[in-house]
Amino acid sequence: MQTRSPNLPPDTQREMLRRMLTIRRFEERASADYLAGKIYGVVHCYIGEEAVAVGVCGALERGDRIISTHRGHGHCIAKGADLGRMMAELYGRQTGYCKGKGGSMHIADFGIGMLGANGIVAGGIAIVTGAGLAAQMEGKGSVAVSFFGDGASNAGPFHECLNIAATWKLPMLYVCENNLYAAQTAAAATHALSDIAARAAGYGIPGVVVDGNDVFAVYQAANRAVDRARSGDGPTLIECKTYRWRAHTERRGQPDPRDQQELEVWKGRDPIARLERQLREQGDLDDSGLQTIERDVVTALDAAVAFAEASPFPTPERATDDVFSA
Amino acid sequence: MRELTYNEAAVEAVAEEMRRDPKIFYMSTDPIGPLLREFGEQRVRATPIAEAALTGMAIGAAGSGFRPIVDWRQVTFCFVAMDQIVNQASKIHYMFGGQVSFPVLYRAAVGGGTQLAAQHSQSPYSMFMNLAGLKMFLPSTPYDIKGMLKTAIRDNNPVISFEANRLMARKGPVPEEEYTIPLGKADVKREGSDVTVVALAWLVHEALAAAEELAQEGISVEVVDPRTLVPLDHETIRNSVQKTGRLVIADEAGPTAGFSAEVAAVVTEDAASFMRLKTPVKRVCAVQVPIPYSPVLEDHVFPDRKRISAGIREVLQGREPADAA
Ligand SMILES: Cc1ncc(C[n+]2csc(CCOP(=O)(O)OP(=O)(O)O)c2C)c(N)n1
Ligand SMILES: [Mg+2]
Repeated sequence: MQTRSPNLPPDTQREMLRRMLTIRRFEERASADYLAGKIYGVVHCYIGEEAVAVGVCGALERGDRIISTHRGHGHCIAKGADLGRMMAELYGRQTGYCKGKGGSMHIADFGIGMLGANGIVAGGIAIVTGAGLAAQMEGKGSVAVSFFGDGASNAGPFHECLNIAATWKLPMLYVCENNLYAAQTAAAATHALSDIAARAAGYGIPGVVVDGNDVFAVYQAANRAVDRARSGDGPTLIECKTYRWRAHTERRGQPDPRDQQELEVWKGRDPIARLERQLREQGDLDDSGLQTIERDVVTALDAAVAFAEASPFPTPERATDDVFSA
Repeated sequence: MRELTYNEAAVEAVAEEMRRDPKIFYMSTDPIGPLLREFGEQRVRATPIAEAALTGMAIGAAGSGFRPIVDWRQVTFCFVAMDQIVNQASKIHYMFGGQVSFPVLYRAAVGGGTQLAAQHSQSPYSMFMNLAGLKMFLPSTPYDIKGMLKTAIRDNNPVISFEANRLMARKGPVPEEEYTIPLGKADVKREGSDVTVVALAWLVHEALAAAEELAQEGISVEVVDPRTLVPLDHETIRNSVQKTGRLVIADEAGPTAGFSAEVAAVVTEDAASFMRLKTPVKRVCAVQVPIPYSPVLEDHVFPDRKRISAGIREVLQGREPADAA
């Protein structure tokens, strides 16, 4: 069951669909280009989980800050990052967000409040809690959002930061993307509680479980948490139950020990198809409307790839730039 | 002789030791398939992503009679466990007056060449060499890694096995028969008379390739592979330099306060070695930066056989013609 449409203008709802589709098409392209040898290192795809990033970021303002994980393309796109500079980073080019120094696991755009994807599990949680502290001290009502996986919820920084944020009433959202696996290891094998949100009680903050494939459910939970944070009542832990459709990484030959039937069940809960269906039922989307969105997404993506391909690689000497700030 | 990859040889060493000693158990975030199948979930544990806890739990289990192995996987993942490594593992035996021993093996993959960028590519062994109380090694061949891992698992101290990302799939001869290799013994991988190259891991192979090329020009290169970082085999390194009178050190890590600096000091503070040096010591190391992603940048940062050759030529400049046999 899909959550009833929130009180959002149809344009905004269609924009959510466009962003989710952009994430999916971006990653389909990134995966293909990775296998073609145009993208290096590793790519972690977010496909299947698009409703989490888009639902949460839909509840944010530009001045709010977020942090991401190793699976970061979705958070970047949802916060409004430029597709060309993202793709150029994946292509290792000088025009990429990190001038080719970071790659897929390390895209950041501080200008839009996206404090970076992170290669270390739970590595971002403390950093973004610092952004939450800054927001509190600035006193302008901004919030900060930590995206992290079920795996990261077992690491020390999660617990240390929830405790501090709860005690200091920091304007934070802790958004756990529970896709049921940490790499090859099932979540059930690494924590005794089935709901990570239940841990919130131990820190004296609200913990909510939402259907992470239902963009409006995510949006509404995030909205409530943002209201709470902006009004000075402190953090919320939101656990989004979801599933990744692809293997942990795009590496060739990477084993995927997950049950194929389980995967099929989750594909049946496709967050994009659900939103599309709902918008149609509401009368806010028809075939031509969908075609327009699809076409816009593909056009934007083609332009991003063309930009990346036309961009130069950094010259080798650039390797020593930026070790220190001026 | 049969051939195994570096990675296969390592897994075989662990499996053999686990068969021999039921006190050995293995913890990592994603367990190694063959080990899990053979020894089961009790002895080969899939853990939460909690490296600080695992690192410390291994110390406690070791002090309570077990012989744990913790696989940190990429070395960068162990930085979240620095307190347990630095304050606990390295000090506990000394600080408590040697009451019991703490036989732990930590495994960590190091180095670059993978385009995984700064948080998955690092060679930070000198950070750990700087501590007292931890043994550590970095082998260059399947033969060496198997023999050294077996010794390390039997050692009664915390030992770190640094293992080279670039060598995981590299094959080499490994005998079927049981053998071990002692810690603290360097291996002369190629004998030569004009210059000593001390190199680690992948750069041992790059140094051997450089030596082969230079041999065609009549330059005779000796390649010394220390293998163990702590305790470092001073004698083999010094003897080689006393023979050749020239030293190049190749390391995938940056030079600053690095393994290469240690080797240079071991040679230059020894009067007999210092007096034989004909030219200054040359270090061929990574550029001192976090490892960048783009292959253009990554390739620029790491040393290779070309840079080793250039380093060798540099220390050979002004060589007496008589020297060139
Ligand atoms: C400290 C640390 N340990 C291990 C890893 C290797 N690693 C990368 S992603 C991952 C699984 C993360 O699982 P989760 O947090 O659930 O995120 P998901 O990949 O499911 O999105 C692991 C173990 C790492 N990057 N950092
Ligand atoms: Mg997960």
